[in-house]
Amino acid sequence: MKEKFLPVWLLAQRELKDQFRDWRILFPLLILTFIFPPLMNVVAGRAVSFAHQYGGELILDRLVPFSILIIGFFPVTVSLVVALESFVGEKERGTIEALLGTPFLDWQLYLGKFLVGVIFPLLASYSSIAFYLFMVKKQDLALPPTNLMIELLVLAAAHAFLMVSGAIAISTQSTSVRAANLLASFIVMPVAILIQGESVLVFWGNDHLLWLAIFAIMVMAVLLIRVGIAHFQREYLLGREIDTISLKWIWHTFRTSFLGEVQTPLEWYQAQVRGSLRKMKMPLILLSALAILGSIGAYHITSALMPAEIIERAAFSEGEIKNALNEFQAAAGLPSDEIEITFGFIFTHNVQALLVMFLLGLLSFGILGELAFVINIGVFGALFAVLEAFGLPATTLFLAGVLPHGIFEIPAIVFGSAGVLYFGAVMVTPNPSRTMGEVFIHAISDWLKIGVGIVLPLLFISALIEVYITPKILLYFTQ
Amino acid sequence: MIQTENLGKKFNDFWAVDNIQLDVKAGKILALLGQNGAGKTTTIRMLTGLLRPSRGWARVNGHDVVKEASQVRSSVGVLTEQHGLYLRMTAVEYLDFFGKIYRLDADLRKKRSDYLLEYFGLAEVAKERIGKYSKGMKQKLALARTLIHEPPVLLLDEPTSAMDPESARLVRDEIASLRSSKRAIVICTHNLAEAEMLADEIAIIYRGKIRLKGTLDALKDKVLGSAEYEVCFSAPYNVSKLKIPASMEILEKTTSTLRFRTENPAKDNAFLLSELSKEDAPILTLEKTSRTLEEVYLKAMTEVNREMQ
Repeated sequence: MKEKFLPVWLLAQRELKDQFRDWRILFPLLILTFIFPPLMNVVAGRAVSFAHQYGGELILDRLVPFSILIIGFFPVTVSLVVALESFVGEKERGTIEALLGTPFLDWQLYLGKFLVGVIFPLLASYSSIAFYLFMVKKQDLALPPTNLMIELLVLAAAHAFLMVSGAIAISTQSTSVRAANLLASFIVMPVAILIQGESVLVFWGNDHLLWLAIFAIMVMAVLLIRVGIAHFQREYLLGREIDTISLKWIWHTFRTSFLGEVQTPLEWYQAQVRGSLRKMKMPLILLSALAILGSIGAYHITSALMPAEIIERAAFSEGEIKNALNEFQAAAGLPSDEIEITFGFIFTHNVQALLVMFLLGLLSFGILGELAFVINIGVFGALFAVLEAFGLPATTLFLAGVLPHGIFEIPAIVFGSAGVLYFGAVMVTPNPSRTMGEVFIHAISDWLKIGVGIVLPLLFISALIEVYITPKILLYFTQ
Repeated sequence: MIQTENLGKKFNDFWAVDNIQLDVKAGKILALLGQNGAGKTTTIRMLTGLLRPSRGWARVNGHDVVKEASQVRSSVGVLTEQHGLYLRMTAVEYLDFFGKIYRLDADLRKKRSDYLLEYFGLAEVAKERIGKYSKGMKQKLALARTLIHEPPVLLLDEPTSAMDPESARLVRDEIASLRSSKRAIVICTHNLAEAEMLADEIAIIYRGKIRLKGTLDALKDKVLGSAEYEVCFSAPYNVSKLKIPASMEILEKTTSTLRFRTENPAKDNAFLLSELSKEDAPILTLEKTSRTLEEVYLKAMTEVNREMQ
């Protein structure tokens, strides 16, 4: 084990030494580490005084955890610079071939670069936090509780891991440092949003949610590392020299993958859709199982957690239901007047929902998409539990009100989500015969084949049934 | 040590290298010659396991370049087109870093590093940042890196480019001294004199394919025809009256020289000498005319170009 990790450290050690000799990295890092904490301290003090002038209750103690979050984050931003040029920088300087020609394994090279990106900025981040805490102590302000302090320290590391893992993945796929810097906005923007969310959590003081956020960031970082290693190709790093986006190539690759050699829609179904379905066999099995387990789980959770007073009432007036619905619509940003349930509304709503799941999956290698899937499927179980709790004939209502269109809608959700899961799985799986771009285009094409060939027709039929048949069946059974 | 079979590399729709057959045994030096973009570097990169062959296979020091790429890279010393040096390090640190990569122990690292720095005349600047070195010094250090682990296979891409004549000579001598019964060397070069001086076998690559391969003499015979000889006379002499065997092809005839080609020099040259002696001709010298690799290369390229058209 130690033998395998020695080369990782060897590579990291060399580059760390190099960084200590590079004033372009040292200088900003020193400023961010030792100038920013006093600045933050002064600004926080001024902010409190300002708030007091107008009767505000901003207390410096409450600003300390937030300041630690920010102070810890600034030096970590340097990690982005270091990591972004980790591979592509060596390529530009002409040192990459000598490095790639050594017996280092791909993952050793990758982790070595990862360590380089993380260690130095993280050390600076912790030094900065320590410096700030020293100043806080000097002012007789309360230090954050141990649990929160640990969270903030882990959070700084999580930020570094996330940014470095993303930046290195970009660095391995870029043809120049310039291109890598441009692509860095895909890291900077989400992380900026993340910091805002974390700031809210820090002020709110919800430890559990903060830990969940840290866990989610770590999972994303691990996935990004996995994606980076999976698509790390020495050949790619040596091969391309010029930054070009070939729309023609992108279209040709997509078209070939989506249509193949087929002539008719029937042939397309037989060759292409069937081929994609075969690839998604495992995600389909997994998600079918997850659908069943999710529904059962949601049923049990809803039954267990439903407030007793709601169950006791067991009935609501029409006005109460309408008010609740209006409140919900307002909260969800929907028009408060009654929604007309038409075929078009249901169909577009379902398509939108699947697109959102796909986009979430796209950003999180399938994870958020599958989370949305579990929530979607869980609604059935929860609904069943609610109906049962109110003493209504849940099975009859379910069979008459959900099943007629559900026969089509539920498989559509499962197929659509399987495509999302497949996308995530493909992106984190090594494929030496294809570049990351090719893998991405083929995965999108597979998802679209299932989407156009299976999901849309199923949703179309489901919406027709839901509007024209389900209400009649429901009426028949409930009268 | 180096074997390839039908080795090919395709980039998009373009075969950069196609159907390369090599067999470089231990103790031999192969020179790969060709224009820029002919496929020499691509071949070297495939032999290092840096590029995955699109077809065919290659084994280096007994290891498959695809399945055992890490072992292949342990066995080779590669000098790349770009020197690939870390400019903020010193030469000592640099060689020590690569020594560690190849898992040499501390004593051996120091010994090898000291020797190489001394040999290449870098000992005095060994503790200076590489960034301060001249182009030639950098190239020498890159070669030292290639040799630090005494690899059984050396792949050298333009080893003497950017070097002054003295340094280039030094490097050439070093490469020649590296020839051993346990080591195979492949050199890519544009320097035909260098190839002629070092190589046991020469392969000329054109548009990804090996068009000619063999020993220098074999290539000369193949491309330029049989060996040529020249008789020089110390005084004007009329060669017209000489009896010349039919197997000799006369290339040039003057009162001071006679230049001819023969496929059987042992027999024909002996006959010619006896005839000249009988005639009491004022012979000054009889020698094989020198034909350079450059002539071979240029003629081969002209022929290949003509074929391609």
